[in-house]
Amino acid sequence: MTMDFLRPATWAEALEAKAERPGAVPVQGGTDVMVELNFDVRRPDALLDLNRVAALGEWSAEEDGRLRVGAGVTYARLIAELGDRLPGLAQAARTVGSPQIRNRGTVGGNLGAASPAGDGHPPLLAAGAEIEVESAARGVRMIPAEEFYLGVKRSALEPDELIRAFWTRPAGGPQYFSKVGTRNAMVIAVCSFALALHPAERRAGTGIGSAAPTPRRAVAAEEFLAAELDWDTGRLDPGLPRRFGELAAGAASPIDDVRGTAAYRRHAVAVLARRTLTWAWHDLWAAGPHEGPHDGPRGRVRRPGGPVAPGDPGDPEKPRREAG
Amino acid sequence: MNGETDITGADGVPDPVTADLRLSVNGVPRPVTVDTRETLLDTLREHLGLTGAKKGCDHGQCGACTVLVDGRRALSCLTLTVTADDVEIVTVEGLADGDALHPLQAAFIENDALQCGYCTPGQLCSAAGALAEAADGWPSAVTPDLSAPPRLDETEIRERMSGNLCRCGAYPGIVAAVGQVAR
Amino acid sequence: MSGTETRPDRGQSRERGHGPGVGRDLGVGHSAPRPDGTLKVTGEFAYSSDLYLADMVWGATLRGPHPSARIRSVDVGPALAMPGVLAALTCEDVPGELFYGLDRRDQPVLAADRVRYQGEPVAIVAADHPERARRAAAAIVVDYEVTEAVTDPRRAAFDPSCPAVHDGGNVVRHQPVRVGGDFTAPVVVTGEYEVGMQDQAFLGPESGLAVPAEDGGVDLFVATQWLHVDRDQIAPCLGLPPELVRLTLAGVGGAFGAREDLSMQVHACMLALRTGRPVKMVYGRQESFFGHVHRHPARMRYEHGADLDGRLRYVRAEILLDGGAYCSSTPAVVGNAASLGVGPYEVPNVWIDAYGVYTNNPPCGAMRGFGAVQACFAYESQMDRLAEACGLSPVEVRVRNAVSQGSRLATGQVIDSPAPLAGMLRELAAMPLPPEPSRTAGPVAVPPPAGPARAAAATSVPDPAGVRAPGAAATPDLLDLPGGVAQTTHGEGVRRGVGYGVGIKNICFSEGFDDHSTARVRVELLGGEPHVLVRTAAAEVGQGLVTVQEQIARTELGVERVTVAQADTTVGSAGSTSASRQSYVTGGAVRAACRAVRERLAVLRANGETLAETLERAGAVEETRVYRHRPTFPMDPVTGQGDSHAQLALCVHRAVVDVDVELGLVKVVELAAVQDVGRVLNPLALEGQIHGGSAQGLGLALMEEVQVVDGRVLNPSFTDYLIPTILDMPPMRVSVLANPDPHAPYGLRGAGEPPTLSSTPAVAAAVRAATGLRLPRVPIRPHDIAMDGSRYGNWAGDRSL
Repeated sequence: MTMDFLRPATWAEALEAKAERPGAVPVQGGTDVMVELNFDVRRPDALLDLNRVAALGEWSAEEDGRLRVGAGVTYARLIAELGDRLPGLAQAARTVGSPQIRNRGTVGGNLGAASPAGDGHPPLLAAGAEIEVESAARGVRMIPAEEFYLGVKRSALEPDELIRAFWTRPAGGPQYFSKVGTRNAMVIAVCSFALALHPAERRAGTGIGSAAPTPRRAVAAEEFLAAELDWDTGRLDPGLPRRFGELAAGAASPIDDVRGTAAYRRHAVAVLARRTLTWAWHDLWAAGPHEGPHDGPRGRVRRPGGPVAPGDPGDPEKPRREAG
Repeated sequence: MNGETDITGADGVPDPVTADLRLSVNGVPRPVTVDTRETLLDTLREHLGLTGAKKGCDHGQCGACTVLVDGRRALSCLTLTVTADDVEIVTVEGLADGDALHPLQAAFIENDALQCGYCTPGQLCSAAGALAEAADGWPSAVTPDLSAPPRLDETEIRERMSGNLCRCGAYPGIVAAVGQVAR
Repeated sequence: MSGTETRPDRGQSRERGHGPGVGRDLGVGHSAPRPDGTLKVTGEFAYSSDLYLADMVWGATLRGPHPSARIRSVDVGPALAMPGVLAALTCEDVPGELFYGLDRRDQPVLAADRVRYQGEPVAIVAADHPERARRAAAAIVVDYEVTEAVTDPRRAAFDPSCPAVHDGGNVVRHQPVRVGGDFTAPVVVTGEYEVGMQDQAFLGPESGLAVPAEDGGVDLFVATQWLHVDRDQIAPCLGLPPELVRLTLAGVGGAFGAREDLSMQVHACMLALRTGRPVKMVYGRQESFFGHVHRHPARMRYEHGADLDGRLRYVRAEILLDGGAYCSSTPAVVGNAASLGVGPYEVPNVWIDAYGVYTNNPPCGAMRGFGAVQACFAYESQMDRLAEACGLSPVEVRVRNAVSQGSRLATGQVIDSPAPLAGMLRELAAMPLPPEPSRTAGPVAVPPPAGPARAAAATSVPDPAGVRAPGAAATPDLLDLPGGVAQTTHGEGVRRGVGYGVGIKNICFSEGFDDHSTARVRVELLGGEPHVLVRTAAAEVGQGLVTVQEQIARTELGVERVTVAQADTTVGSAGSTSASRQSYVTGGAVRAACRAVRERLAVLRANGETLAETLERAGAVEETRVYRHRPTFPMDPVTGQGDSHAQLALCVHRAVVDVDVELGLVKVVELAAVQDVGRVLNPLALEGQIHGGSAQGLGLALMEEVQVVDGRVLNPSFTDYLIPTILDMPPMRVSVLANPDPHAPYGLRGAGEPPTLSSTPAVAAAVRAATGLRLPRVPIRPHDIAMDGSRYGNWAGDRSL
């Protein structure tokens, strides 16, 4: 009934605290954890407040070209500061909860909760992100997003580990996130779909949300695209997006619940996959002029109705480091 | 409740862990001892007598508990009080300047942007936060041009106020009131 | 785009933009500001959940988890053993009557031998901390024997083998309506319709503070809709005379019908009397879903017969309303559904059977527009089908059948005040439509196969931000599309639809109820200036009744300074804040008391004396008056005939929607409404009522449903019970007509409910127009459009009702 409250000032202290109290629940923005506390779903014996760990609120561009985004970067900052480089994730971020939630909530919290309905997961899957976790005992572990989600609200995180960051490449091609909800704001996903084109590798990544026990990739659909998309001419057989949608739906294993039926979710995943592919392919081949898909547009936030945000007016390849 | 929050159960669980905090609320230092599990909403309402922020849903789905934390909108029902000891908290009680209503408060009255009024404190704090965010150049999800300061047209206002439910349906008045102040 | 029409022949301009100013006319007809506005915007307005006393303790409720079970035993020992617990009470501790109820006293204060719905209160606890109270309640041990739950209202009504939820059978009320006998017509349309269980979802959950008094009585500060009927149910349960149970209205965080029944009132009083301490009870959102009644779900079968020109010859209908475990307002809901079951149309032959039944589902009762809302969805859906069958527009078929002054309702009651429905429809149809979206049909154009560089060059749209799809016109904002920023479409699959809805609602209590209100008005000198104090027991729940009371006093007495006292039971009953009746009935009482004061003053006043001088010389003047609207009469139990309603009000809506037909997502683009309010008392407040009613009707059409499976609620939270956000509520065009009702004070007509009726069928019709689907059920769920749209119940040829 009581609860200790741990408040490390540094990442090292946080790891030590987590090692000593593996039952401690980490909390950043609180938007996931507090719901469970308020409803008595969860009664942890300790809370581990990570808000003072400044490093978690930083993001940086790493030498391998990837972005390392701290677990404490809020959705609002993600949209404002990284929307140009992580458009799929930014599109997902803007559908999370409400403006108030986006001011506080973080992708790190989304990962910690590992809810199948978390909006951050599908874009991470589609982008091929890795989750950096760390423990005092065993140090850093990099977990590919697709290996991170193990079951409903279960992740590969060990009890003594904390989520430090996620790593992902800045978008090398168009990215889209699409989410079905039954009202026009503040709604949990009935199902969602993320698509990222990776023109340099001539393939696409996918992520399905809220249509299976865990967020998951549509692997067969990705393989189909890798095999069938015409990267040389841009030609898109109208049947191809449809087939892609069917394969994406095939990867889902939804249930009937209070938010929607399994059959509807499967259907909707197919529609979302078809539409996002059409948009992304269109963007890739229409927004030129450029030499070809290898130099396709990188990291653009598609704004309402398709406008592409100008993003950082400086060199989009030049990373900014956030002081936190 | 004057800080007496001993909620030890019959099962012999030890006393709750409390923390002595020095909150800053509406510009006033407010020392307070709270259970570490307590939400900022409960602290404001039960310890500090600031009942303006309202409990509507207990889980961040209605916006009635919205307050400003360091000038940004936050849901006090999803904020642990112990995490709020180094920030500046502003509640609806702190919006007015003495007897002079905040322009948003005056505009809400003028445009009848409320009926039962239960959501109003949250609407007002949310609107104040939205204006500040826009003034700082924060884009909303619908801001078309990220290079210019966002202009709070009706669409922007709706998007930025979409985290606050009003069951009386005073939304047209809310849009009008926020728009009046934004211009 | 948003705004209210203000023609000179129709009430006053709404004066938006003018702040409250000294010297401005703040009487009847003007947008006087609400007197509680400043308190509400500063956070100082004390809602029931904000109340506090230094020595108060907290109450909590243990609720049964089963829709139907016998209670073998209840052991409160574990709760009482917990530190800080002051009392744990069961049905055995109820001091007086064991049952209460608005209509029938069938609802136990605390369950005795059985529970009849999920969430029924079984025991209550008082403790020195709210969490300790909750945990103590959870520690109470109840031994249940689960029994068969009756959850199918049709079976409850018609299957003799169905278990009885209460002794005496499951049909709470069956009200037939029989007019004429010719049920033949060249055009016949039939349909089965369903309305889901809507929740009032007021934002301020049930709460109150009970304070034990030295005289053995109790003072209760509570958010309610009807102080006196609360008291008249509470006092017998406490075994106290009514005068020892004193109620004061606390700030009400919305009501919409959900506070007409008791929730925590008796419980808090019992705990206060037992512990000798003030007891505060506050429900959380989840408990609130179990703590009040909902809107009756309905299953309806309709058959409309008409001539080839669309004129109605007959309507046959069966309306089945699921009242859940207890009676609440079910009889009145049935009466409304039956008497208004054909809508505001002239129909020479009518055969209606309306039923309200007991089941083990959640209890249902009052919600804005009750009974009329459910029927309206069905008869308006039928009118659209009739239009289709006759090749008429939806507006034309309604105009051809519209009632007007002098028409007879299905009950035989003659409409004896203006009812210009045809004109309202024509005006609505003539309003400009919002612009069509400039989107291209179908998917975003696929670039030509020639290659990206050439594709871009071919269009060469100068667009610095690169925001436009080549060849496409300006792409619409995501926010203007179904799905919003969740980006489910860029225009693909989106079709526009326009639909109309018409509703008729009885104003005030009907069917012979002694519907009255009481007002005490006092004029005196305060600080040398005349001041009016108005006291009634009428519950202000946000609608602005306190504003209207002030306006009436100003107009009647010519005094600017008016105070409306906090409502309490020290004055006679005001009746309920429901049925759109308070401006009419309490407004009538305030007007009558003011006029009585005026007459006294006229007698007292010496020649040439100012009011202040008269008051100075003669002292304060106070009068109390009771106002009754004209009598109404019961419906004949066999034929349904009778002048059952005091007043009828009309509202018509047009909805414009964009529907993503593949995903079933809907964006309401615009709502337009024309309503006749008789006389505009306060333009700004009136507009708020029309907006609010329309929003709740929109919610019922598209998203709001308490989902109940096997008697259990699946979505008792705001995560999954969705109400419209500011992004769901479109701009509204409102036109207000003011054709006075000669029977009503100032000619006014109740205004709060009618928009709730007509917006639901208008939105549903617009979605049907966009999709071509039948959609016989509200709320219309995405999968209804995307997956099951072809499903359509049909009872053509079934004349054996």
